[in-house]
Amino acid sequence: MRPILMKGHERPLTFLKYNREGDLLFSCAKDHNPTVWFADNGERLGDSMLLITASADQSVKLWNVQTGAQLYTFSFNSPARSVDFSVGDKLAVITTDPFMGVTSAINVKRIDEDPSQQSGESVLTITGPAGRINRAVWGPLNKTIISGGEDSVVRIWDSETGKLLKESDPEVGHKKQITSLTKSADGSHFLTGSLDKSAKLWDTRTLTLIKTYATERPVNAVAMSPLLDHVVLGGGQDASSVTTTDHRAGKFEAKFYDKILQEEIGGVKGHFGPINALAFNPDGKSFSSGGEDGYVRLHHFDPDYFNIKI
Amino acid sequence: MGEISLTELEARAAAAGIDLSLIDLDSIQLPPGDDFGIISDDEDIYQEEQMDFDYGLGNTIVVDNLPVVPKEKFEKLEGVIRKIYSQIGVIKEDGLWMPVDPETQKSLGYCFIEYNTPQEAELAKEKTNGYKLDRAHIFAVNMIEDFNRFMKVPDEWAPPEIRPYVPGENLQHWLTDEKARDQFVIRAGSDTEVFWNDARHLKPDPVYKRAYWTESYVQWSPLGTYLATIHRQGAAVWGGASTFNRLMRYAHPQVKLIDFSPGEKYLVTYSSHEPSNPRDANRVVINIFDVRTGKVMRDFKGSADEFAIGGAGGVAGVSWPVFRWSGGKDDKYFAKIGKNMISVYETESFSLVDKKSLKIENVMDFIWSPTDPILALFVPELGGGNQPARVSLFQIPSKEELRQKNLFSVSDCKMYWQSNGDYLAVKVDRYTKTKKSTYTGFELFRIKERDIPIEVLELDNKNDKIIAFAWEPKGHRFAVIHGDNPRPDVSFYSMRSAHNTGRVSKLTTLKGKQANSLFWSPSGRYLILAGLKGFNGQLEFYNVDELETMATAEHFMATDIEWDPTGRYVATAVTSVHHEMENGFYIWSFNGKLLYRTLKDHFFQFLWRPRPPSFLSPEKEEEISKNLKKYSKKYEAEDQDVSLQLSEQDREKRKMLKDEWEKWISEWKRMHEEEKSLRQMLRDGEASDEEEEYEAKEVEVEELLDVSEEILSFEFGQE
Repeated sequence: MRPILMKGHERPLTFLKYNREGDLLFSCAKDHNPTVWFADNGERLGDSMLLITASADQSVKLWNVQTGAQLYTFSFNSPARSVDFSVGDKLAVITTDPFMGVTSAINVKRIDEDPSQQSGESVLTITGPAGRINRAVWGPLNKTIISGGEDSVVRIWDSETGKLLKESDPEVGHKKQITSLTKSADGSHFLTGSLDKSAKLWDTRTLTLIKTYATERPVNAVAMSPLLDHVVLGGGQDASSVTTTDHRAGKFEAKFYDKILQEEIGGVKGHFGPINALAFNPDGKSFSSGGEDGYVRLHHFDPDYFNIKI
Repeated sequence: MGEISLTELEARAAAAGIDLSLIDLDSIQLPPGDDFGIISDDEDIYQEEQMDFDYGLGNTIVVDNLPVVPKEKFEKLEGVIRKIYSQIGVIKEDGLWMPVDPETQKSLGYCFIEYNTPQEAELAKEKTNGYKLDRAHIFAVNMIEDFNRFMKVPDEWAPPEIRPYVPGENLQHWLTDEKARDQFVIRAGSDTEVFWNDARHLKPDPVYKRAYWTESYVQWSPLGTYLATIHRQGAAVWGGASTFNRLMRYAHPQVKLIDFSPGEKYLVTYSSHEPSNPRDANRVVINIFDVRTGKVMRDFKGSADEFAIGGAGGVAGVSWPVFRWSGGKDDKYFAKIGKNMISVYETESFSLVDKKSLKIENVMDFIWSPTDPILALFVPELGGGNQPARVSLFQIPSKEELRQKNLFSVSDCKMYWQSNGDYLAVKVDRYTKTKKSTYTGFELFRIKERDIPIEVLELDNKNDKIIAFAWEPKGHRFAVIHGDNPRPDVSFYSMRSAHNTGRVSKLTTLKGKQANSLFWSPSGRYLILAGLKGFNGQLEFYNVDELETMATAEHFMATDIEWDPTGRYVATAVTSVHHEMENGFYIWSFNGKLLYRTLKDHFFQFLWRPRPPSFLSPEKEEEISKNLKKYSKKYEAEDQDVSLQLSEQDREKRKMLKDEWEKWISEWKRMHEEEKSLRQMLRDGEASDEEEEYEAKEVEVEELLDVSEEILSFEFGQE
């Protein structure tokens, strides 16, 4: 499995996302320029339609994918951290960081079909959790919003009223900051990654903890294969202490686990900094990883991968 | 000081149960010892008392037998007392109070002094009790707490209740494990846990776990009977047949270090206390307890300077253990090095052997034979080489010098006993003629032979630096790492040669090894060459009988290696003392097969539980190892059963997990199906989630990027 190295960013990667058809891969980095690539050969593109990005410059932007044109800018008074479109693309959930006395918040915006009619008003604003909310995604039928962040608690909110419906059990839940959260293809379950060196699989409707994947390093990114019962965890030793030790100490590997047995089945090395972002192609035949080292590595699986038996 | 203080005192005295008017201080005779030898059975009171952060009255002394003076002389007397007592420690503000008879305006002949710390108060009591102010006034100094305590003693003597004999638990029960497993203790974060090493099942098997079991570290007693914990109030030992119960406590406030005697009869505890006056040295308190009764057998108190002579390192200048015990299970002698002397004590009376120390000018270091009451000591060169350095062996209690060796141009010496006390190796660093550099040789003493012959050994290249030296336990071989980093050589020697049991011979040299430490198996024969810390945890498992490498491996960043007491397994660990990452431990078989690993954040300690020596005679052990095949059959069959059972369990577990997962999946499918129409609505009726229902359309997009015109002129014939 020879990865395609995509060097289009000059700063650490922060997020990766495939479009629904799996032919485009979008990457975000700290260099302010979201980039889109052809997912099969890694060439930069420049037939999804709409892209939404969140940025620490206190804005969230809507883009036309084909032209790269900015359609609309939502302005906030604190850095925006994550975005997610609802089913049907009519709503977007945006999380904003605590900043200069402003608390962190989950904002719901209505996305108008006609960009010129787009309004900046929030349909709903939820505040409450302490610290950053690193991810917020839509629950089944857009009825709930699931969030996870610095306070290590997973929460489910009512997306109509903003009422807190459920909180993860602190006994079994994460012990440190939740860095990433990703839904399964059908939205029935989701995976959270945390600096407590574990990833956990939850039922979306009941917030029941189903599985825990323990690793040796803080987890910055998680992904679930849509094809096989595999999950991938990425991360590594904190970037600030990387240079103090041997490169092997960092363990900047993408680790594959059997989703059901919770056992490690393999790893993909290559990055020389912690992995910050992971995404599976919706077809399950390739995945990509983005690192603190500024590279996006696009991996097409070897045929052997599909025959792994344990 | 006025009326208010008097009421204050009365309140205090009342709180302590003292009626001041009734006290005739002279009539009170204090028995020796801090607690009269009575240990409190009442747990709660004990703890409350000890947890008290405010020292209560513990830092206050009563000085009696002062002159009774009229008002005019009051201030003068107070001045004198203040002068005497502030030399010892810092008296608290308003901490000196001399009560006055309100009628006669005369002082009452006693005063109270409150210090900052109980240690100062205790020191003041020790130093000034019996102090002669003049012929008629000899100070009687007591801790105010003692009054309190002895007031509580009932007037009528009641015979102590005789408790029925309750047989104790079998403290060595762990040795009877059917699977002959060994235990170990680990400390990670706030938890301390004891496990069986279940190597057959490739996992640790929990025995006991407790959070905040100790406040600093834990330590097994040398024969494995007890696990000692350290607390602010003192040390405690734990053990028992099935779990870990507290067996005994040893009160020693702010204890820092502990040490058991080799036969685990005695426990030595150490604390060091900051003086109030920063110019003074720390005050050191050392107690020696009887482990089983908890009784203090002897205490030593003094300034840190008195305990800091000899070897370097240790805590605050003290090299620990201060008292080194003579080898063997008898625990008969212990000794400490001092300036120009070695003080040897015996445990019958806990006093000096022959009532005096062994005088040896400039003695630098000493070490007991691990088995016999023999001391080896080293005296450096004196007078610029006029008096040579020497290594001497002394027999105790006769203090007879058994052997002496003079050595010239010595810069340093280090002594290594073989575990049976058969041999003593002295590593001698000597100056070259120019005095600019040093080279190293060994002096090898054969203790058990007549007249203790000494043999000199030099390495092939005598300029090689010695990085590590280690005797084979119970054996006649030793290993040396020598040469230059990063790839030094490792050599093996035997104290016997093929034809002559009285001559040392080299067995082999391994060139260029990434090693800086040697770890012999406790049963000898096998050895791990380890490159710890700087060498990233390189491990080489070596068989010295066959002179061959059994395995090479790596435990990345390993900081510690410890063999289990039987030599069957070995643990390597990364502790957070050296390194914050990779914390945890690996368990290996003796021949270098990784059995299992456990990762723990903030991993501090890994200790195998020691075993007492085997009762088998060496002949019997020999016989068993010869007929190993016969004995091993049974165990091999057991091993096979276990591995079959394991794979069976594994299969079952997997099946269970899969079934459970299937349940979730079917539930999700059902819900997903139910919500299908609703989802469709959210998509404005757009078909659905399924990929195949998308209509694939080929769209060709042509974009005109730029149009430009350029006129190119051609000129012919130029070539």
